[in-house]
Amino acid sequence: MSSYIPNPDAVQRDMLQAIGLTNLDGLYSAIRDEPRVKPLNMPEGMSELETRRAVSGMASRNVIFPDIFRGAGAYRHYIPAIVKSIASKETFLTAYTPYQPEISQGILQAIFEYQSEICMLTDMDVSNASAYDGASAAAEAAAMCRVRKRARTLIASTVNPGTIATVRTYCRASDAPVTMLPAVNGLLDMDALRGAVGADVASVIVQSPNYYGLIEDWEAAARVCREAGVKLIAVCNPIALALYRTPGECGADIAVGEGQPLGIPLGFGGPYLGFMACAQSLTRSLPGRIVGETTDADGKRCYVLTLQAREQHIRREKASSSICSNEALCALTASAYIAAMGSFGLRQVAEQCCSKAHYAANALAEAGFTLRYGSPFFHEFLTECPVNADSLMARLEREGILGGLPVDGGILWCVTEMNDRGGIDRLADICKEARRHG
Amino acid sequence: MTFPQHLSYTKTHEWIESLGGGSYRIGLTDYAQSALGDVVFVNLPEPGDTLAEGASFCDVESVKAVSDVYSPLSGAVSEINEVLLDSPERINQDCYAAWLIVATADAPGSDWLDAGAYSALAEAEANAH
Amino acid sequence: MADDMNKMGAPLIFERSKPGARTQMLPPLDVPESLPDPCALRRCAPPLPELAEGEVSRHFSLLERRAFGVNNGFYPLGSCTMKYNPKLNDEMAALPGFADIHPLQPEHTVQGCLEALSRLDVILREITGMDAVSLQPAAGAQGEFTGVMMIKAYHESRGEGSIRTKMLIPDSAHGTNPASAAMNNYTVVTIPSDENGCVDINALRASAGSDTAGLMLTNPNTLGLYEPNVAELTRIVHDAGGLCYYDGANLNAIMGRARPGDMGFDAAHLNLHKTFAAPHGGGGPGGAAVCCKAFLSEYLPSPIVTNDNGAFTLDCGGSSSIGSIHAFYGNFLVCLKALCYLLSLGRDGVTLASSNAVLNANYLMRKLTAPDNAILLDGKPPRACMHEFVLSLKKLKSATGVSALDVAKGLLDEGMHPPTMYFPLIVDEALMFEPTETESRDELDAAAQKITALLNRAFTDPESLRSAPRSTPVRRPDEVKAARSPTLRYGCRTAQ
Repeated sequence: MSSYIPNPDAVQRDMLQAIGLTNLDGLYSAIRDEPRVKPLNMPEGMSELETRRAVSGMASRNVIFPDIFRGAGAYRHYIPAIVKSIASKETFLTAYTPYQPEISQGILQAIFEYQSEICMLTDMDVSNASAYDGASAAAEAAAMCRVRKRARTLIASTVNPGTIATVRTYCRASDAPVTMLPAVNGLLDMDALRGAVGADVASVIVQSPNYYGLIEDWEAAARVCREAGVKLIAVCNPIALALYRTPGECGADIAVGEGQPLGIPLGFGGPYLGFMACAQSLTRSLPGRIVGETTDADGKRCYVLTLQAREQHIRREKASSSICSNEALCALTASAYIAAMGSFGLRQVAEQCCSKAHYAANALAEAGFTLRYGSPFFHEFLTECPVNADSLMARLEREGILGGLPVDGGILWCVTEMNDRGGIDRLADICKEARRHG
Repeated sequence: MTFPQHLSYTKTHEWIESLGGGSYRIGLTDYAQSALGDVVFVNLPEPGDTLAEGASFCDVESVKAVSDVYSPLSGAVSEINEVLLDSPERINQDCYAAWLIVATADAPGSDWLDAGAYSALAEAEANAH
Repeated sequence: MADDMNKMGAPLIFERSKPGARTQMLPPLDVPESLPDPCALRRCAPPLPELAEGEVSRHFSLLERRAFGVNNGFYPLGSCTMKYNPKLNDEMAALPGFADIHPLQPEHTVQGCLEALSRLDVILREITGMDAVSLQPAAGAQGEFTGVMMIKAYHESRGEGSIRTKMLIPDSAHGTNPASAAMNNYTVVTIPSDENGCVDINALRASAGSDTAGLMLTNPNTLGLYEPNVAELTRIVHDAGGLCYYDGANLNAIMGRARPGDMGFDAAHLNLHKTFAAPHGGGGPGGAAVCCKAFLSEYLPSPIVTNDNGAFTLDCGGSSSIGSIHAFYGNFLVCLKALCYLLSLGRDGVTLASSNAVLNANYLMRKLTAPDNAILLDGKPPRACMHEFVLSLKKLKSATGVSALDVAKGLLDEGMHPPTMYFPLIVDEALMFEPTETESRDELDAAAQKITALLNRAFTDPESLRSAPRSTPVRRPDEVKAARSPTLRYGCRTAQ
């Protein structure tokens, strides 16, 4: 058993004596009227080596796919060695929230840099220090926009279903109505949006690239929103932001997204990184921690948590969100990733994703898996599935390939810089083979 | 601390200046601004908002606290001091010039104090802290 | 030398940037280039930093030196449970068998992940005395949001959703409690504390009624006191038809000694990054478990892991579930670290961890409240505390002008992380100490000595405390300036 307690039994006895007790049970005399627990029914403790064996055993019961063609909200990208090294630095790992700025400048500056980079990528004015994940960031953004009589959130049905479900949960808690906007050919139906932006609507959530990988027209959506006094929440992919029109350029009010592609491992879904950035006019409604620059008593530049009176520890039930702990280490990881890749590297990742996805889409089309939608896409695309999807996935799995995600009777494929030409060709060959043999 | 004679006051540390014609200018007292410390932001209401006597109509933020401001009367907001949105420090610099809102009301509040009575109350509160 | 390095300002990474500097991370494109139509492209490239890898490494190493972690020294930050974070747990979470697993892989290919979640679920049920668990919340506050929403769903299912509109919360509660209740559209009714800092039972009795949705309670409370009447408190709320929610921020005091389920709570959250030693990461990621009694389990967020004789599945839940609160299954790798920790400690280890957390807190409190310090501290200290305790420096402040903040800043010069300041709100000039079980007696003795010396220095040299710290990389920041004219990003002065 490892308990990580540094005081040996004899020292514990001395300490007990110093406070007038003879045993550890005496520390709990305040617990009186509920039943005392009998010994907990859980396993005996283990040595480090035993724990390592037990947990490594669990890891070995998972399948690591050498080739992944599945995204749908979690993306495998190359993570440079330096990023892992920075993210595992012991002080970054074990520090708490930087409440004492004088000894937390490193953490505060890292967050300030992260906020700056998110603003640069999204072309928005202000970023917070992070939210739990992309889905809850969208939900928090919807809450930010609700004012007085405008409580309704409109969501394009082309948004990632995990995001839609999370926004729905948060809105339901607040008794705020949600309306889904239909899609035409895999894209938000702009006519439906025009018809829906009524006087009770607070915001519209539009994701681009959307769930099907297609590029949505944020600019057109922003125009409709602006005329109706409605806020546009743009859900974005940070890698795509290196290449495509940005929420800021398109006139969005808030940009949110899942930051996992920025150097954060797949990790079976978390911890990930919700990023949130907004126009300056919304700064005071932005939830969560925010780091700002100032000067110290000697006039030296330094960083602090600022605008704290927005937050739950001060505003309590009047705070717009209860978020306290965020995803600081993931934000630092993203910042390290951006620094390691640089402006050039990030764009290269985006360009390779786009090029390889288009190469794969052609190869799959030749194999009989034709594109369902005709509009431009980034690194994901939906194809028809002319064979039984389950048996195709099983066949791919035998070859060490995680195939696309079966969605809407088709398959949603994702291709990143991690997929090389050989792997894509092999995927297409297996698909072709599957079609031939049924 | 100064408490001008021509103003009325509330126990919750707002001052009221009667402008005539059912119009009142409202701000924070010297005691309030001093207890708040450096004001960093003011969340003002919107013109047209309804005011209920004793209910919070806006809040004022310092670095580590947020404080409600309570309406001294029942009526409606007719004007807000937008200068405070960019320069909240004016409340600390000259709290009687840095008004928050102008309100219209059919009647004054029910429990206003004159400068003498308020000054005694502020002194007592200051001593308690 | 190291100190000099520490005092130097750190340039922002953008200021180190040299256009054109880079490290080649990717091979050349091996397929024909296919790029978006030019009108779809962003108009100008983001001005992100460009550095060679060595420069990136130096930059973050400098930032690390300008931070303070549990590895650097004593960190008695009350309510945060800054215990040692065992390194094995980080190493296990980095195994490719976990780190490289896509969340949407077929179930039969993620049996190890599901097994880990399931094993953690079983242990947490036992520790809390609850019947069901969801590991989806990404942090304690999201756990609260979730738990309160389950309570709301329960009342709605009984047709009482529009009647039960009030959430009762003690005035000593964490700010997340009222904020999470408000996110669920509840009106917060604040319950005052009695003269001992515990819930005023008569006030609770007076507030509980047919409009009560529930009570949110931290026990031991934020003063580090075990609520003496907890069973009676939960009974009062149940009698009124409300449910009881347990904020598990302070569970580290009572593992193996008392269980929220036995105290009468219906739902609870636990902070995996506090009690179960997952590192705090400079503010996150956290991880939380929401636990509940059987009658609430249908409302848990989906999906839930189920175990059918060693075959694990993700059950998407029925129609009563409150739904999803996260795109996938929560902060899985944080859950994994918590599991490693619990497997290492085991049955006796968790009880011993809690007992020693309480022992360390009482030992430190006894030292700091020794009769010699009576003049420095306000009020009569409690005879005994649980895992943390709160001192009030109100008396010191009126005698010397030195505040709790000044003392905290003085501790920075002593190489120690200060305790939590100005919380709970019901104590003036509060300093809240939580030493945790992983500090040695020597460390506690040294800390007690430093703190006592500082308290005495408030009389002899108050100015030195008011101007502290002096040995840190920066001195006290101008927080008013930061808030009045916020600069929240590089290269852009933001006016409000």
